[in-house]
Amino acid sequence: MRRILVTEDSATMRSLLIATIESCGDYEVIEASSGFEALRLLPREKVDLIITDINMPDINGLELISYVRKNANYTDTPLFIISTEGREKDVEKGLALGANEYLVKPIDPKRLQALIVKYIGS
Amino acid sequence: MSVSEMSAKAVKDFLAEAEEILDQLCSDLGVMSDSVDGAECSPDSLNSVFRGAHSLKGLAGMFGFMGVQELSHNLENLLDSLRLGKVKLTSPVMTLLMDALEALGTMIRNLSEVGGVDPPIEQLVARINSAISAPGDSENDSIISTLGLPPSMLNALTEYEEHRLLENIRKSRNIFSVLASFPLATFDQDLAELTDILKKTGEVVSTLPSVGSSIESSIDFEILYGAAKNLDEVTLLIADTNATVRLLGNGATPPPTTASVVVGPDESVPNIQQDSSITAKSMSRTVRVDIGKLDDLMNIVGELVLSHSTISDITEKMRQAGYTGHLAELQKAAKGLERKLNELQKGVMEIRMIPVGQLYDKMGRIVRKISKEQGKKVDLKTFGADTELDKLIMEDIADPLMHIIRNSIDHGIEPPEERVAAGKSERGLIRLSSYQKGNHVVIEVEDDGRGIDLEKVKKKALERGIISDAEALSEREVIELIFLPGFSTSETVSDISGRGVGMDVVKNNIAAVSGMVDVESTLGQGSRMIITLPITLAIIKALIISTAGRFYALPITSVLESIMLHKKDILTVERKEVIQLRESTLPLLHLNRFFHLESKVNEADSCFVVVVGVAEKRLGIVVDDLLGQQDIVIKNLGAMFEGLHGVSGAADLGDQRTILVLDVSGIIHESTKGGGQI
Repeated sequence: MRRILVTEDSATMRSLLIATIESCGDYEVIEASSGFEALRLLPREKVDLIITDINMPDINGLELISYVRKNANYTDTPLFIISTEGREKDVEKGLALGANEYLVKPIDPKRLQALIVKYIGS
Repeated sequence: MSVSEMSAKAVKDFLAEAEEILDQLCSDLGVMSDSVDGAECSPDSLNSVFRGAHSLKGLAGMFGFMGVQELSHNLENLLDSLRLGKVKLTSPVMTLLMDALEALGTMIRNLSEVGGVDPPIEQLVARINSAISAPGDSENDSIISTLGLPPSMLNALTEYEEHRLLENIRKSRNIFSVLASFPLATFDQDLAELTDILKKTGEVVSTLPSVGSSIESSIDFEILYGAAKNLDEVTLLIADTNATVRLLGNGATPPPTTASVVVGPDESVPNIQQDSSITAKSMSRTVRVDIGKLDDLMNIVGELVLSHSTISDITEKMRQAGYTGHLAELQKAAKGLERKLNELQKGVMEIRMIPVGQLYDKMGRIVRKISKEQGKKVDLKTFGADTELDKLIMEDIADPLMHIIRNSIDHGIEPPEERVAAGKSERGLIRLSSYQKGNHVVIEVEDDGRGIDLEKVKKKALERGIISDAEALSEREVIELIFLPGFSTSETVSDISGRGVGMDVVKNNIAAVSGMVDVESTLGQGSRMIITLPITLAIIKALIISTAGRFYALPITSVLESIMLHKKDILTVERKEVIQLRESTLPLLHLNRFFHLESKVNEADSCFVVVVGVAEKRLGIVVDDLLGQQDIVIKNLGAMFEGLHGVSGAADLGDQRTILVLDVSGIIHESTKGGGQI
């Protein structure tokens, strides 16, 4: 089964993301409630897609992307940024660091589902 | 996913998280308000407020709560400008932030309550927009380029982090790169220890993780650090960690370091070690749980305690019947079970406990708001924020406490001119303190205002027909008049007292959680309200009593004392039975008559009187026998018995007997309204 890592500090937002992902196919979702948790999970878990928020309390999403892209195991893993409107500069940086796509909150479930299918299949 | 598809549970989760965010925002704004118009605001708290508004906006957008989304979006914009230094934190901006927060609170409450009216947000949004000045020139990238940062690092800086980096350079601080490698298993604590050391004398701008020497076991961090220190000083600072540091760029000329920030090696060692224990704790690892689940858990624990006493009883019976077999082992096992059950009970109780500090944050905001509205200058000092109290009691006490503080500012603290004229400092002081006293938590609100004018109270009470003769009243009795319904000494009904409630309501709300309120006051020097609360409502100590062959439990928190009484000591005053207890007259109530029970023992010469009190009311309950104290778990009787007077629930005694728990305030209420003899 395809595995997706969701890194998002808001529990409500996280469970909504997971519900959206699970409704569009048979994916296994791994949750991280902070950048630190993602750092801890990544070396242990094999994931096929990473979805991360930018604004998080410990390390931010950009720092996480930079880590992911420097890690030989994940140089090609698809990565989506979740951002809020008005923070275009941060999105630009994220894409420059190697994020594949970005989604703006509130998340459009159809777009998220389409992107997941596009990158890792259904 | 549309709102209609969204489950009620998701909305509930949203409300819980929104409430948590708002609480955090309140507390952060409190910290920020200390740096209005001057002192530099801590970037950490500013950033935390920004993140709070940001999360709220995202959540509200997801659920389609447009009002909340719009306001938090605008609030976020304002905070972003503050964060990036485009707007200065002035007093009007602070007021605006607090107003916006209050409106958000009301709107979120209205989502869960029917009938609330949302505040108009257009005006707030307009105020926010005018506060955000035109964005300034884009930051000068060339300043940053002098540091010679690798692009990989530069690109991972958010706009905000870039701004902080520039601020540090502008303040002529040196910028360092601190490199550290930590084991994957413990990196969060290790990193927190390191950054805590660094934060003591500078600012951590960014933390960039990178793959360690072995991907599976370690992780490296590059920390961008700004400090008014030279390389040697920073090297010394982190000497006890495995981190290394290098200076970026040419280094500014650091301003001379003052003596207070120089950390000598011999001092720094113990300091760092002490702090490392704190850092591990400060990493927030919390689980949000519905309090109903805790109640269920508590019920199960209560039932386990009962099962255990059944086992003990059987063991005892076996012993008496002469069984020897495995009796000793059984007794030992039962003893072990008891110990573990006590630990379990204690553990479940502790989960419900939260520090009153959470309440203090809310009160701080109220003090700032009301004193501003009243044109008074008031400081709030808080003590004992760590004191723990049952979450449910805490919720029920928030409103009464707010009204008491409202009253202190409204009626107690004088306007600045009047205070100066009276030889006091211009700023009034409210002390809010909490401490544990046995099985109770005491919360005190003390002000240094004008105190309660007894003559004025008497006059008012006479005018309102609450009393007919003031001369006979003791000082204590006069003060207690303020707790009577419809009493107010305020000469002009201000905006605040208009919205406020009387002290009678405050007193009743506190009594509803088995609490009491008392007041002490000295004219011209101030007043002190003392709220005494039980630590928890889940398991209580009760006095087991009997009358007419039936058993009842009396919550020990309302029992003041119990005395042996001889029939001849009972006096009859105005057809009511009373006794003389020390200096005062105590009305009596025969429990058997209250429940219309036939009593056999009542004809005896002596009986027991349990003196109970809720708030300032006292009553002597006449019973046949006292059977001792016991921990009980109060259970609801269910909707069918809702109208039952004098009973608050039932409890199992453990020997398969179920008894009723008396509702002391209900009984007192019934006995005073009855008029005739009971």
